[in-house]
Amino acid sequence: MNFVAFKMLVGDRPKYLGLIFAIGFASFLISQQCSIFCSLMLRTTSQIRDIVDASIWVMDPATLYFDEARPLPDNKLYRVRQVPGVAWAVPLFKGTATMRTDKGNFRAITLFGLDDTSLVGAPPHMLLGRLEDLSLPDAVIIDRDGYKLLYPGEPYKIGREIEMNERRGIIVGICKISRAFNANLVGFTRYSNALDFVGQQRNNMSFVLAQPDPGLSPEVVAQRIKAKTGLMALDWNAFGWKTIWYYMKHTGIPINFGTTIIVGIIVGMVVAGQTFYIFTIENLKQFGALKAIGVTNGTLLRMILLQASIVAFIGYSIGVSMCSFFIMRTTHLPATRGFTIPWQVFVFTAIIIFSIVLLASLASLRKVLVLEPAIVFRG
Amino acid sequence: MNSLAVPTAAVSLQGVTKEFGKGESSTLVLRGVNLDVYYGEITLIVGQSGSGKTTLLSVAAGLLNATSGTVMVLGQDLAALSPKEQVLFRRKNLGFAFQQFNLLPALTACENAAVPLLAAGVNRHEAIHRASLLLDRLGMTHRYNALPSKLSGGEQQRVAFARALIHEPHLVIADEPTSSLDSQTGQLVMELLTSISFSPNRAVIIVTHDDRIFRFGNRIATMSDGIIDHITSHTITPSS
Ligand SMILES: Nc1ncnc2c1ncn2[C@@H]1O[C@H](COP(=O)(O)OP(=O)(O)OP(=O)(O)O)[C@@H](O)[C@H]1O
Ligand SMILES: [Mg+2]
Repeated sequence: MNFVAFKMLVGDRPKYLGLIFAIGFASFLISQQCSIFCSLMLRTTSQIRDIVDASIWVMDPATLYFDEARPLPDNKLYRVRQVPGVAWAVPLFKGTATMRTDKGNFRAITLFGLDDTSLVGAPPHMLLGRLEDLSLPDAVIIDRDGYKLLYPGEPYKIGREIEMNERRGIIVGICKISRAFNANLVGFTRYSNALDFVGQQRNNMSFVLAQPDPGLSPEVVAQRIKAKTGLMALDWNAFGWKTIWYYMKHTGIPINFGTTIIVGIIVGMVVAGQTFYIFTIENLKQFGALKAIGVTNGTLLRMILLQASIVAFIGYSIGVSMCSFFIMRTTHLPATRGFTIPWQVFVFTAIIIFSIVLLASLASLRKVLVLEPAIVFRG
Repeated sequence: MNSLAVPTAAVSLQGVTKEFGKGESSTLVLRGVNLDVYYGEITLIVGQSGSGKTTLLSVAAGLLNATSGTVMVLGQDLAALSPKEQVLFRRKNLGFAFQQFNLLPALTACENAAVPLLAAGVNRHEAIHRASLLLDRLGMTHRYNALPSKLSGGEQQRVAFARALIHEPHLVIADEPTSSLDSQTGQLVMELLTSISFSPNRAVIIVTHDDRIFRFGNRIATMSDGIIDHITSHTITPSS
């Protein structure tokens, strides 16, 4: 009877296509919005994830998230280094400066100051120039998006002079980094240079980056640092989540995306549910005839669930394919660079869509199961 | 041909009543029906509109449960069967034809005729093959793959008869099978039904208003106000 169920479904072409469209639309909306949401949230942690040499982040206990670190006094670095299990620890500066080009163009820039000797926290990919050249006097490396903003339409070129805080700097390299949440330009320089470019404060060190001794887990050593120094110490993953939660709680982003996702669910539920329900109700006479002929309720149940799974599966496939296509086409554009579909989004969308369709079919199923087969004799 | 000489009852109704609703708003539609329907015969049930013919047919088919009385079908007391057993009993033993045909619009003629076999778990190729053979006998060879919407009323009813007979049921039940057809088509369809459905181990019950088809019945039971008023019987040659 699976064959009969299938034909009943596709035989009613307008409703069949309507169902697939509704479910495809809902799947697309849900998966696309979830993907953008996750990608944006992951962006808030991209600069944490870009630093792969160090696995522990140490910061002032009052620090709430990555983009707003309360500076630490320099002596805290030595306290961290003394904690047993810490292999090494280096300072990281993160501040905002205004960069001016030789042509008078100027932009705000997020400047990272890296430990002078180890350069821990350096950008992962150099497009032009060498990382080692950061040790040259006044050297700065900037990211490619920033370069394009500062020198629109010009080819990559190193050795250009810039100015920050009335101090001369030289671009010695152009790098590629993961896109951050804010649209600021990003630059890298030595720690000692950074203080000059941004201006000295009483406390300057944004973070201490540390690595545990071999064989010790970052979580355990982070716990020890916390106990010994009173500072907050987190492994990179925990710090990433702390930052994501901050953005979730303190921005309208989750509400905004949540609303769209809920709209997707409601539209899917109402349209798909209603269409499927009407589809079954209009076929009630047919189901009645089948019942009279001797098709059991169990078989009817299987038939309706099969119909439901077919539309759910096709609609879902179309929806997530459209979403994948969208992400593939946009992941290289500057505004949406690095957007991805986490696998969890596929699972989440599938669960939502199949629940919607299951719910809709259960509502109509009830009608079929209680149906009196004697109605087939009535006009 | 001596099934008429020693008739055995395929369906036996004794004091059957059927009440719809409860309490004050209830209506007693069948008021003690006694009726025997025999193998190898066609029994017509006639009577005024509202006299309870369809209700009686539904009770005899096990689509409705009698309020009281006994309903023996093919030697089985229907009241003794669970709802699921009733469904399986119908699937195995009963064939149906309806006034509105009730074909599945998405299925072709062959597929529609094959539904009872499919429901019984016969594989699709075999079921459709057997359906095509039966459609041949009903003069529908050229219409195997037509959808019901492309068939005339008479053709649709022939497909419906194929569906009613495909699994060789012992009891065939039809409610007003000709009343949606013009009289000429009705005659033709009845001739086909009577010739193809005739079998010494099959009983056929047809409810009808249509006095032009009375001649196809071995027995004519006239209903009036919820009881069988009288029964006339006469001999016919089933394959006309
Ligand atoms: N499910 C039901 N609930 C309440 N009353 C019903 C129900 N089914 C039938 N009746 C009533 O029972 C009576 C007999 O109906 P039935 O359909 O059996 O008559 P019929 O002889 O087949 O009539 P017709 O020739 O018009 O088809 C009618 O008065 C009808 O209103
Ligand atoms: Mg009737």
